Order: sequence, then structure tokens, then C-alpha cells
Amino acid sequence: MSRIGVFVCWCGSNIAGTVDVEKVREEAAKIPGVVSALDYKYMCSDPGQNSLRNIIKEKNLTGIVLAACSPHMHENTFRKAAAKEGLNPYFVEIANIREQVSWVHEDKERATAKAVDLMKMMVEKVKRDRPIEDVRVPLNKKALVIGGGIAGIQAALDIANGGVEVILVEKEPSIGGRMIQLDETFPTLDCSSCIMTPKMVEANQHPNIKLYTYSEVEDISGYIGNFKVKIKKKARSVVEKDCTGCGECWNACPMHKNVKSEFNVNLSERTAIYVPFPQAVPLVPVLDRSVCLHFKKGGKCQKCYDACGPKCINFDLQDEIIEETVGAIVASTGYDLMDTSMYGEYGYGKYKDVISGLQFERLLSASGPTEGVIKRPSDGKTPQTIVFVQCVGSRDPEKGVPYCSKVCCMYTAKHAKLFAHKVHGSQSYVFYIDIRSTSKGYEEFVRGTMEQDGAIYLRGRVSKIYEDEGKLIVKGADTLSGNQVEIAADMVVLATGVIPKKGSDKLAQMLGISYDKYGFFTESHPKLRPAESSTAGIFLAGMAQGPRDIPESVVSGSAAASKILGLFSKNEYEVEGTIANVNEATCVACFYCQRVCAYNAISKKEIKDRSGKLIKVVANVNPGLCTGCGACVNACFSKSIDVKGFMDDQIYAEIKALAV
Amino acid sequence: MKLAYYPGCSLKGTSFEYEVSLLKILEAMNIEIKEIPDWNCCGASAAHSINHNLSVALPARNLAIAEKDGYESVLAPCAACSNRLKNAAYELKNDDILKKKITDSLEMPYDSEMSINNMLEFLIGTVGKDKIKSMVKKPLSGLKVASYYGCLLVRPPKVMQFDDPENPVTMDELVALTGAEPVDYSFKTECCGAINSLSKPDVVMALTGNVLYDIKKHGADLVVVACPLCHSNLDVRQREIERKYDEKLGLPVLFITELLGLSFGIDPKDLAIDGHMVAADRVLKKIEGLANQR
Ligand SMILES: Cc1cc2nc3c(=O)[nH]c(=O)nc-3n(C[C@H](O)[C@H](O)[C@H](O)COP(=O)(O)OP(=O)(O)OC[C@H]3O[C@@H](n4cnc5c(N)ncnc54)[C@H](O)[C@@H]3O)c2cc1C
Ligand code: SF4
Ligand code: SF4
Ligand code: SF4
Repeated sequence: MSRIGVFVCWCGSNIAGTVDVEKVREEAAKIPGVVSALDYKYMCSDPGQNSLRNIIKEKNLTGIVLAACSPHMHENTFRKAAAKEGLNPYFVEIANIREQVSWVHEDKERATAKAVDLMKMMVEKVKRDRPIEDVRVPLNKKALVIGGGIAGIQAALDIANGGVEVILVEKEPSIGGRMIQLDETFPTLDCSSCIMTPKMVEANQHPNIKLYTYSEVEDISGYIGNFKVKIKKKARSVVEKDCTGCGECWNACPMHKNVKSEFNVNLSERTAIYVPFPQAVPLVPVLDRSVCLHFKKGGKCQKCYDACGPKCINFDLQDEIIEETVGAIVASTGYDLMDTSMYGEYGYGKYKDVISGLQFERLLSASGPTEGVIKRPSDGKTPQTIVFVQCVGSRDPEKGVPYCSKVCCMYTAKHAKLFAHKVHGSQSYVFYIDIRSTSKGYEEFVRGTMEQDGAIYLRGRVSKIYEDEGKLIVKGADTLSGNQVEIAADMVVLATGVIPKKGSDKLAQMLGISYDKYGFFTESHPKLRPAESSTAGIFLAGMAQGPRDIPESVVSGSAAASKILGLFSKNEYEVEGTIANVNEATCVACFYCQRVCAYNAISKKEIKDRSGKLIKVVANVNPGLCTGCGACVNACFSKSIDVKGFMDDQIYAEIKALAV
Repeated sequence: MKLAYYPGCSLKGTSFEYEVSLLKILEAMNIEIKEIPDWNCCGASAAHSINHNLSVALPARNLAIAEKDGYESVLAPCAACSNRLKNAAYELKNDDILKKKITDSLEMPYDSEMSINNMLEFLIGTVGKDKIKSMVKKPLSGLKVASYYGCLLVRPPKVMQFDDPENPVTMDELVALTGAEPVDYSFKTECCGAINSLSKPDVVMALTGNVLYDIKKHGADLVVVACPLCHSNLDVRQREIERKYDEKLGLPVLFITELLGLSFGIDPKDLAIDGHMVAADRVLKKIEGLANQR
């Protein structure tokens, strides 16, 4: 016989202001099986929880209904309190009379009637509750980090320093990401490679980090604690362990024209065998077979091989597949910049001296194509006037994307500042929509660019850029003075919008995590779970989640790492027991459930008799992957799947309670 | 294919040269078009700034007649006309409530997928490059021609669905077919001032002046257009602009149909080239001279 306790919470005036809580309590007391009914100002407070616990003890309750706020808020609180008194926590049910009643209704009488109904439903349900045990999944304490930009490196280092093994997979020949392409960084103007290179080296040398560069994740299966990963290590054509990074090979390579340097954003050329930049980690070249003469001309050229002292160049090396098992994953694949070809009016690609912000970083950088001297790509002259255009592609729902790219206001201010520092007597103009400089020290930084470095900020958009007698004429609006302006510039720098790294949507599909319509990975909760993806065991970091600067990327890398260290601090991972359960006796092996499960949680299981003969095949739920969403329950024709805690008889009882 | 022709008011009046030359080259190519019977104003400039329903109803009536007569495609040589027709078709396709209102008031159904073409789309798409090329009897090689598109042919891009809105090239391709050399310059789609010609001539002279001087700077012998309004601003206002800025231009402004006609070997008089304000004599002489050199 059930012994149910009903607790009606006032939530101050939040509920009691609109719902007659005493009436709800009185109605509860009338229901057969309810042995205790109580109302209280704040059930979640310490005294509230204590009275709950006392009554469980006193009345020897078998089930509890809280008529209170949403289960998202305090279900866990009350379950824990009940568990302390030895009650299975799944015998706690919540009737949500705040979000679903008091906050959305005005008429007290009708709101109270609805609250009573919801409470009655939960009482009928709790009578039919059965104990549920949480599921424990063993953990392989090793982590995979995908993407070796600042966010990924930070995550890898923090995890490794916590004593856990890390596999860091980077697509490019070197780790470092975009940050190593930058010159100096806002707001403190410390040199990017000076602060980045040590981290890259540390990641490479860390005993707990295994680094795979020029590699990509090919396939992932499994679930939290037990992901099976296939990594493709692309053929580098250089035996890494023997290479000294001496550079004889790339100096000998005859292909030093025509191939644009990706690292210098097409502002210089590279050879077929190359390191992307001198501080590359690892300092081992990659032979680009798509342009190498050895591969294009049937083995004719082998100049690099001849030049290499340790003879570590091997044209026959093949792609390698490496398999690893890890317990958790960080996805930190970073960003690309928008292709501005849809801005025909700005002439990017048509006029050589209309460049992107990232190209300007390379012109500023001492390791860049001009060794840090600002020179125009067209004729190598130093520009005296530069126009910077912000929000190119960002905040433009018509042609680009509606969101703000977040870093360009700041890096444009940095660019204008560094231009003033490097070219005395020069003048820069900045076209902007709004200035977004909200972090610590940022507003002061932008002010400094305006006031000390003399950049002229014009609020408005640029309508057209064209060439006239060797100058780039920039036409735009100055909306503050209401005038149209025309500026004759020597160079134009476009702050192009940030988009997710190409292929990140494919990776997300492989990982089974969700992403937004642009391809940025989405968080499990935008505010309260910003480091977690929608899939257990997979964490997010850096620009792959959305535009952010270096400090924020570092913070998110560390956050993902601390989540993983926290996860790995136990030997098993506990999953809520409210997951799908197959009735193997009635399952007819149609596997409709498998087709609808978005989490790949259902597999086929063979049932054999003692002699090993196959009796039947049935659906099997992987507790590590199942989220208890219930899709399979609806798909199953033979009614062989239920989600624990949401069984048919429980739901019917709820509905019937409404009818009475 | 049954081709409907919507001339609009300009081609019957101020820009009669456009119609004359169009009909002439079509005759030469043996292509038949039929004027939409009882056509009415397309609603350009006036209607859409006053009454939205009217601005859709006026062009829609022309389309509905063409649909009833079983045409598959409509040619509207005037850029403003093709812009209004395309706009109306777009709105009717995407707004069922509006469509009901309009067809009710017209007392005519309209449900068409008819393609609506501006002059350039018609020449490149319907007539085709091969056909035009085969017609060129008198190649204009040596002649430098700037194509001016103005705004109405390409904007708004979502509705017009024609060429690259910032850097259109269709007219340049047609120019190249005649053997002439297309001139690249910066103001292909810059506003000419359009209808302000009557109310604010100063604005028009400044804007049109920008375009013309830029064309001149890039060494063109003449300008071609596919819009009567562009034509009148560039041609009719040219003398005034020269006086105002005290710098000679002397740039004849021809319709693309006239240029094609010349390359087909049609007599300039039959193309009504003598109907323009800026005399094309020098250019015509240059063409003759070039032809004689060969
Ligand atoms: C012009 C410009 C100037 C800037 N200046 C500043 C500044 O001064 N200060 C500041 O704070 N911020 C600045 N930023 C922002 C800064 O670049 C980013 O905040 C930071 O680089 C983000 O790091 P990340 O690791 O998230 O991404 P990334 O740097 O993009 O790194 C991602 C890494 O993942 C790798 N990867 C991608 N896909 C895969 C895959 N499928 N498999 C394996 N590896 C993969 C990539 O190759 C890359 O190495 C600037 C940005 C720009 C565009
Ligand atoms: S020459 Fe040999 S050792 Fe030197 S960088 Fe090239 S591959 Fe490495
Ligand atoms: S950060 Fe500034 S420049 Fe960049 S998109 Fe946002 S508002 Fe525009
Ligand atoms: S409840 Fe959802 S996640 Fe679990 S097996 Fe069924 S469909 Fe998959």
C-alpha cells in the first residue's frame, strides 16, 4: 500500500500569489494513499528539506510529490534529500505549479484548479513508480583533443598537467592555429609568437601528450568513457624521428614559385617541401605531393632527398591509421575567415592592395613576408594612408552573417595603432558600425588608438572602393555628420567576418554533437554548461563555439580540461537511470528503434542458447549513449521499449487522474 | 518559343531609337516578337512611391494579358520596366494574399512561371551568343566601348537574379561579340541620378558627370546602355555637364541594340543613331576607317 507525502511550495509569493496553496494541500489530503500533506513557504530551503526528511521518516513514506517549481530547478535537490532517508530517489515526483501555472496564469481560481490537477497526476504516477538504479560506465582515462590552436593546446596542457594522457590531433603540419599567425595581440600588445611558441614547445615535449600533426580524425564511435578513435596520419614523406629540421631540403627544392604560402595568407610563396613558418612545432617539413615535382613528373626530381644529411626523406611513405581509445574528447577546431568575394564593391581579389585583417597581421609580423615592414602587395611601397573597414560580412544578414565577429573591433584598433607606431606621419581611417570593446582594458585600448595614435573613426559603412590614379578611393557614409565621404587611400584592410573552420559540420556529425546553422558547435546549455557539448564526454573550446578572443579561448580550453579532470577523478561515470529498456521477450527485431535513435544508442544483440546456437536477435540499449529521449518508444510497433520512469502504466495513470 | 514584347512608354517616345534598333536587329536575325495587346504603364517611379498595390497591379495586368495569350517569356527592353515586371512577379509568387487581392481587382487570373527578361538577358539567353556572333558582318575591332549598367538591371539582386550585382559583365560580353574592346572602369553600376533629372538636375549632373568622366579617363570611344533613363541622363545632359565642369567629354551614348546593329552591317540611319544629342559621327567614321583598313 502506497504511503504518499505531498508538499506544496509557496515559493514566496511566486506561487502563493496566484495559486491557493492551502486548497491544493487540502485536495491532496483527500486522495487515497496520501498520508501526509503540507504547504510551506520555501521547500528548497534547509528547513523545508528538513521537514521533508522528517516526514519521510515519521510516516514511513513510499513516495513523494512536490508541487513546486520546474523539475529543472530542484528535482535533484529533493531526490538527494529523499535518498538520505533511504528512499530510492526516483520515488520523488514534481508537479510544476510555478512555470506551468502561477507564472503563466492570472485567474487565481482557475490556476488553483490546474495546480490541483497537476498534483493529482503526479500522485497517481508516484504510486506506480519503481526503484531505478543509476547506470555506471567505466572510464578510459585518456583524452583526445581535436585542433591544436590556443584553445586546444591550453586544454591539452591542463589535462596533461593533471596527470592524464592526452592525444592532440592537428590537421596542419604545425600546431599553433591562428594565434601563431598574429603579430602583437590586443590589449597588451605582447608579441603573439613570444607567448605562443613556449606553449607549443611544452605541448610537444610533455610526457603526457602525444602529438599527431598533419593528421585528422577519420572515425569516432562509442560513448563517454569509451570512445574508439581512428586517426589518419597523412604521409609527410619525411621520417619524423630522424629529421633535424636543418632546412637543407626546402632550400634545395626548385619549386619556390607559384605555390602560395597558406601561413602568410597568399602574400608569399613556399616550396613543395616546407615548414609553414620557422618556429613550427614539430620542426619537421611536410612534402606537399600535389605540387612536388617528384610526384608530378614521375620521380624526376629528388633534390631534397639528395640534400638531406640524415636521409630521412622517403617518397614512399603512406598514410597511416592509428587507433586509440579515449574516455573524453575536446573539440577545438577554431575558425576561418569569410570569403569576401560577395563584396564585389570592395574589390577584394581585384585590387591587390585591398587585403584582409589576417593578411595585415602577416605584414606586421617580423616573421612575415615583409619582415615586419608594412609594404603594399602591389608595388612594395609603404602606405601612408590606410582605410580600415570593420564588419565586412559580420552583422550583415543580407550578404554575410547576422552575428558579430567580436574580435575585429579590437584587432582593427590594434592594426591602426601598430600602423601609427611603424609609419610615422601616417594616417588611418576606420569605418565602423559600433565599437565593441567590452573586456578588461579594451575600451581604453580603442580610445588610445583614437586619441594618442590619431586614427580617425568614421561611423558608417563603405559603399564602394575603386582605383583611381594609383589610389584606392573609398566611398562611404559618415552617419554622425550626415555626410558622404571619399578617402584616397594607399591600402585598404577589411575586417572580414569569422566563420567556423571548414569541415567543422562534418566533424560534428561524426562526433554526434549539435551545431548551429552556421556550423559553430552548440553548448549543452548556453549559460550553465558552456564547456559541454550535447553529447556526454565531448567538450568544446575556443572559436569553434563562436567568435571569441585569445583570453576567452584560453579560459574555455581550461574549462574543458577541468571538466575532463573532474570526470576522470572517479573510476566510473554515473548516468541517470531513466534510460530506454528493451523487453527482449517481445522484441521482434524490426530495429525501427535503431533508425530513430539520434544518439546511436541502439545496437543488435544476439541471444544464444547454452550450446551457442542463435535463438534470436533483439535490440540492445547502450546506457552510455542513451539520453532517455523516448523516440524509440514511439517507433516500436511491438511495444517492447519503455523509458524507465516513464512507463506506459505510469503515463496512463497520470491521464486518468485528470479525467476524474 | 512565343515571345511577348512589352515596350513601355520610353520606347514609344523619348527613346524611340531603342525600339527602332531592336526591331531592326531582330528582323535581321529572323526573330519574331509580339507586342502585348492593350499594354499599360508599368508603374515605374510614380506608382511604387505612392501606392504599393497599384505598383504591383499595373505590371501584373501586362503579365496577365501575356499569360492569357500563351506566351512563355516577356522581353522588356527598358530597365525600369523589366525591374517593375520582375518585382511584381516576385511579390505575387511569394505573397498569396497580395496575389488574391491583385487578381481580384484585375479580374484576371495570373499564375504564370513566364520568364521576364531585360534586354541583356534576352540577347545572351534567348537569342544566344552563337547566333549573335554569326550575324557580325562588320567587326568593330579597334573600338573601345564602355558598358554602363546603372542600378535597375541588377538591383535588388534577390529579385532581379541577373549577373553579379556589383560587377556585371553581360553587356561587356555582348560588346566583345561585336569585335569591339570592352573597357573596364569603376562606375558600371553607380547611380546616374535617374528620375531626379527633372526635379534636381544638379544632383544628376554631379552623378552622371562622375560616371562619364571615369569612362573618358579609361579611354572609351563610346558608351553603351540598356536603359532609356540612363541613356537620357548620359546623352541629353552631357553638354550641360561639359559646361558645368568645363571639360570636354564628347562620348556618344548608344543603345546596345544599336551597337549590335552596326556590327551586323546595318545602316546607321536605319538604327536611328542620328536621333541622339551627342553626335556619333566621329565614332561612325572611326568604324568605317577600321573597316577600310581591313
Ligand atoms: C586578424 C585577426 C587578429 C586577431 N588578433 C587578436 C588579438 O590581438 N588578441 C586576441 O585576443 N585575439 C585576436 N584574434 C582572435 C584569435 O585569433 C582567436 O581568438 C584564437 O586564435 C582562437 O583560437 P582557437 O584555438 O579557438 O582557434 P584556431 O586558432 O583557429 O585553432 C584551431 C586549430 O584547429 C585545427 N583544426 C581545425 N579543424 C581540424 C580538424 N578537423 N582536425 C584537426 N585539427 C583541426 C586548425 O588547423 C587550427 O590549428 C585575432 C583574430 C584575427 C582574425
Ligand atoms: S633536410 Fe632532412 S633533416 Fe633537414 S629538415 Fe629536411 S628532412 Fe629534415
Ligand atoms: S567586433 Fe566590431 S567589427 Fe567585428 S563584427 Fe562585431 S561590431 Fe563589427
Ligand atoms: S531513449 Fe532516445 S537516446 Fe535512448 S535509445 Fe531510445 S531513442 Fe535512443
